[in-house]
Amino acid sequence: MALPQAKHDATEARLEGLTRLPGGAWLSAAQDAALGRFGAMGLPGRRDEYWRFTDPATLNAATAPSAALMTITDEAPIFGDIDRVRLVFVDGVFDAAASDDPDLAGVEIERLAEAGKTDIHWSRDVYGVLEARGQTPVRRPFAALNTAFAQDGVLIRVTGKAARPVHLVYLHESETSDAILHHCIKVEQGAELTVLENGPGAARFNKVMEVDIADGGAFHHIRAQGRDHERRAMTHVFARLGEESLFKSFTMTANGVLTRNEAVIEFTGDNASAHVAGAAMGDGDFHHDDTVFITHDAVNCESRQVFKKVLRNGATGVFQGKILVRPGAQKTDGYQMSQALLLDENAQFLAKPELEIHADDVACSHGSTSGAIDEEALFYLRARGVPRAEAIDMLTLAFLAEAIQEIGDEAIRDEIHTRLEAWLMRRRG
Amino acid sequence: MDTVKQSDIREGVDRETVETVQSMAGKYKHGWETDIEMDYAPMGLNEDIVRLISTKNNEPEWMTDWRLAAYARWLQKQEPTWAMVEYPKIDFQSQYYYARPKSMEHKPKSLDEVDPKLLATYEKLGIPLKEQMILAGVEGAEAAPADGRESERKVAVDAVFDSVSVGTTFQKELQKAGVIFCSISEAIQNHPELVRKYLGSVVPQSDNFYATLNSAVFSDGSFVYVPPGVRCPMELSTYFRINAENTGQFERTLIIADKGSYVSYLEGCTAPQRDQAQLHAAVVEIIAEEDAEVKYSTVQNWYPGDENGKGGIYNFVTKRADCRGDRSKVMWTQVETGSAVTWKYPSCILRGNDSQGEFYSIAITNNWQQADTGTKMIHLGRNTRSRIVSKGISAGHAQNTYRGLVSMHPKAANSRNYTQCDSLLIGDTCGAHTVPYIEVKNNSSRVEHEATTSKVDDDQMFYCRSRGMDEEEAVALIVNGFCKDVLQALPMEFAMEAQQLVAISLEGSVG
Repeated sequence: MALPQAKHDATEARLEGLTRLPGGAWLSAAQDAALGRFGAMGLPGRRDEYWRFTDPATLNAATAPSAALMTITDEAPIFGDIDRVRLVFVDGVFDAAASDDPDLAGVEIERLAEAGKTDIHWSRDVYGVLEARGQTPVRRPFAALNTAFAQDGVLIRVTGKAARPVHLVYLHESETSDAILHHCIKVEQGAELTVLENGPGAARFNKVMEVDIADGGAFHHIRAQGRDHERRAMTHVFARLGEESLFKSFTMTANGVLTRNEAVIEFTGDNASAHVAGAAMGDGDFHHDDTVFITHDAVNCESRQVFKKVLRNGATGVFQGKILVRPGAQKTDGYQMSQALLLDENAQFLAKPELEIHADDVACSHGSTSGAIDEEALFYLRARGVPRAEAIDMLTLAFLAEAIQEIGDEAIRDEIHTRLEAWLMRRRG
Repeated sequence: MDTVKQSDIREGVDRETVETVQSMAGKYKHGWETDIEMDYAPMGLNEDIVRLISTKNNEPEWMTDWRLAAYARWLQKQEPTWAMVEYPKIDFQSQYYYARPKSMEHKPKSLDEVDPKLLATYEKLGIPLKEQMILAGVEGAEAAPADGRESERKVAVDAVFDSVSVGTTFQKELQKAGVIFCSISEAIQNHPELVRKYLGSVVPQSDNFYATLNSAVFSDGSFVYVPPGVRCPMELSTYFRINAENTGQFERTLIIADKGSYVSYLEGCTAPQRDQAQLHAAVVEIIAEEDAEVKYSTVQNWYPGDENGKGGIYNFVTKRADCRGDRSKVMWTQVETGSAVTWKYPSCILRGNDSQGEFYSIAITNNWQQADTGTKMIHLGRNTRSRIVSKGISAGHAQNTYRGLVSMHPKAANSRNYTQCDSLLIGDTCGAHTVPYIEVKNNSSRVEHEATTSKVDDDQMFYCRSRGMDEEEAVALIVNGFCKDVLQALPMEFAMEAQQLVAISLEGSVG
């Protein structure tokens, strides 16, 4: 179906200036297919159902709006104390000098820019494949755009239990950078890996991560989208889960003028489990959107979504979550919780927690709440001598705790907790 | 009749429940047809048809112009596709937009003059058009009046047959109280100032595709005006019957509750069993001024199509209430059991401070029925409150969707919403979906939304079983409890009919 003229023109304009990563047979084929998908979908608009709460204008713009750099001097880099393999991208460009040697038993790590040149590579079964599966029933044009024009990324194949996490660091050093990164992770049978991510990435950052987990595999993902205020991020995680596999993803977002994190998860094997969680704190013109789509197409799988947002001063929080239970996906246990704490009058929370269920022996529930801080709890703390500002922070942290609890690793959980606490303190002044 | 195969039914769902749900589609009670001579407008839709309908109703020029403006807008509009329903494309040119029993050519002056065939139709439906008669099904209430109400509960009925109202009962008695209750065509003649002031003020002429179509071609419907401070002395009711083939029914209801008044309004509907799907696109507008309260209850039992999904009514309805005045209150209660396709979102605009909106719904779909229904609660005023309780039951190959919006505007300080949507699935080939939209734009308001989808709960079963109930009794109790919140919100007249229809209330077997 042809796009309307205006949309067509905007879509063409968006493509101008983008260059394809030179690649071998498998990558070129994936890029071609993705470009075809993107061309057919076009750029999203406010009238698109999945963009009604978030304005894609700055993501659609042909050039990235500039974003001031933020130098953080008052805290040590996150995950600094964790023994890990660190890989650094600066404005989307791999920085070999700043990165560790990717030497990790049971884990093969390659760069897309390198491996893409080969004609045959394992990632051809993953790259753009999960993304394409995730395009129905909801279109995700920026993911297709990413597959077609990603400049780099990591391709990780996990064959054993990784002793250390892989840490992807995204630095932002140019005010006008427009980065596109695409990672593929293949967790083989019974293997396990933790991936840590942090940093703004670029002025405008489009990132896709495809995670293919074979039977019995486990993948943990912890991401900290940092304090940079003016950055814009559009991220996708596509995951496909085999039998008895585990997928866990947690995202902490502390600022950013526009963040849209999409998670698209599909259960294809029985008895698997997926948890997606997020804790977001926003101030001022912060706009944060979590869009989650979980498809249950296997028996006895569990999915859990816990999203918490603390908003103040005109900040906007968006949650669009969907659990789709396909016919035959019996014994599904689906849970979805989205909550917003609005710290002042101007903050807003927009949510669409959806269930679509085509099997009868399931237990699916969702809850969504929004409101101000509990005055009674505040009174209780004040009556015990806690100053008001501190009391509000305590209650805020308690509110976020349920999401943080979703992180399995204790050290990482503590780290996230400490960060959030520090950020709250700093805000208090 | 074996659409829910025995093997598909989960353990724990009582046979009787399943059978009654099945029987609702298979044995549609109101599927007969009245053989009566009709006057049709020519088939199809164009400006001349719109004018013709207006002429048939003897409408003043402003009304004709209003319709024509709507028609012009309708031509620009696209049929909405966002609902989770699928049906073959409707050919709007192969429908009749106006059908009137011949005998109604000259409006009868009183019910005595109405064609006996028409009266018999309503008699057969259990809707008495003779005054002083009491609605069927509530004899018990007469013998033992609960909470000291009048022993004779009167219900005034406006009966709409295809495109025209055949009569309205108790008009005189209502007049004494100052209440105007008549068909909308009469209201346009006799109370043009009220109609002009309020018509289209809640659902604008070109609100959505179907509402716009309705604005252009609506033929009849009910009109209610309750003057300031008046508590309407009896329940008002409209009974819609589609009889003619290939005929769409487009009724328009306008209810105005002036300051401090109260009215309870009931709506029922049925249609004959036919292989061809038929279109029903109604608009209901409610205006509640300061301190006014309106209860609007619907038992929707249009023909749902047969067990293979053939035929049935496409029910595309726009219902909206405007709580204009402070402290006004509107309560929507609906039991949706019929129609092949339902597309319906009774809404409340809570404009007045301290105004309240409530929505209670049971939607049952079986065989190939599809329902996409819910509500919109738009909080504009301060301290406004809304409550949504929705129960969806899905069986056979049916799809049942709750779709709702709760919106708290920045100025709607200290407002509250509570939403609960529960879905129950019987059999593994049906679907139950929840699509809530929540928009909160101030922090002093509290919004809570909960939804569950399940089969009969194991813990509840265990609890009941451990207290000595057998499985059947336990299921009966649980399933009964599933709908109770909503059934209790219905006026007694309807609660009876609804319980029979829902038929999932298994009181008898619990003994």
